[in-house]
Amino acid sequence: MNNFKILINGIVKENPTFVLLLGMCPTLGTTSSAINGMGMGLATMFVLICSNFAISAIKNLVPDMVRIPIFVVVIASFVTILQMLMQAYVPSLYATLGLFIPLIVVNCILLGRAEAFACKNSPIASLFDGLGIGLGFTIALTLLGGIREFLGTGKLFNITIMPEQYGMLVFVLAPGAFIALGYLIAIVNRFKKA
Amino acid sequence: MKKLESSLKNMVLSLTGFSILAGGLLGWVNAATAEPIAQANANALSDAIAKVVPGFDNNPSEEAENVEVNGTTYKIYPATQGGKAIGAAVEASANGFGGALTVLVGFDTEGNIIDYSLLSHTETPGLGSKAADWFKKGAKGDITGKNPGEKTLSVTKDGGEIDAITASTITSRAFLQAVNNAYAAYMNKQVDSTSGASPQY
Repeated sequence: MNNFKILINGIVKENPTFVLLLGMCPTLGTTSSAINGMGMGLATMFVLICSNFAISAIKNLVPDMVRIPIFVVVIASFVTILQMLMQAYVPSLYATLGLFIPLIVVNCILLGRAEAFACKNSPIASLFDGLGIGLGFTIALTLLGGIREFLGTGKLFNITIMPEQYGMLVFVLAPGAFIALGYLIAIVNRFKKA
Repeated sequence: MKKLESSLKNMVLSLTGFSILAGGLLGWVNAATAEPIAQANANALSDAIAKVVPGFDNNPSEEAENVEVNGTTYKIYPATQGGKAIGAAVEASANGFGGALTVLVGFDTEGNIIDYSLLSHTETPGLGSKAADWFKKGAKGDITGKNPGEKTLSVTKDGGEIDAITASTITSRAFLQAVNNAYAAYMNKQVDSTSGASPQY
């Protein structure tokens, strides 16, 4: 499998949100607007690329029986680094996503890719896998956030498209996340069959 | 290189080694970002102060004072222009619908509200989170120019004259309570400073 195929695989065939259904907690929790979804997706992508690369590079130094704790240490370190960098250089994004950044540690996409891909493949292939899965996650979260923001408030990326009083508030709240995600998965499945 | 065997020695060495490595890396990043983080926080605060009490030429965040009213501590950032007081920004918080709601309120010397800024909150997005703009000048629940000393701010439901945020009366009540508390703290401080503790002019 060449690197380009690995990249596309992560976005389409193994899309973490629509196909693997991994990482549902941040997917539902942070996508109240398109920009939040995108920020969360990009943050996860950063950690995923770094952790995939690092885990693949050290895979021969890690005895099988302690691999999970070591993977968690690696992932948690990158998340903490990301958190400190965001706090220092993009405080406004940190203010909206702050609560969810530490939760990237327990996002099962990261450990899932470490187990399923990074510890069996070369560092460069793992890097592309991280990029592909990360992009797939970012696209899915931005899409979901955009749909919820538009239906809920009539805005898209904070630009008003239709007057706010026509918005269905439920889409900004938690139940709307489930409804919108359910329909999105149904649509994706329909296209996959066709 | 062959994969390490899962012997006790290998496991202990590997886990210890990677933990030390990770710890060292985190320590280095922490040291490198400590100053930018402090800078970013200070900037966010002074931006908020500049918005709620415009026109000062001192450094309010460095001259902050703590005032205690009924067991709660409030931070007051005095704003002066050419050495003369023109008002202050007061930080106060109250319990909203989803947790603590912290607001920075700017008062002029008479205690009239100039503007406010919602510093942090955990209100429902799309409902209570509207408090960030709802009470601004020209908006539906405009509180600017009002003086909590003449009439305590409260929502119309409680007999007051401020329109509550639609479907977020609890948030609105908490917000106005925070503003009233901020006013009380501010006035308390002014009383203190004229009651003989500082020289009279």
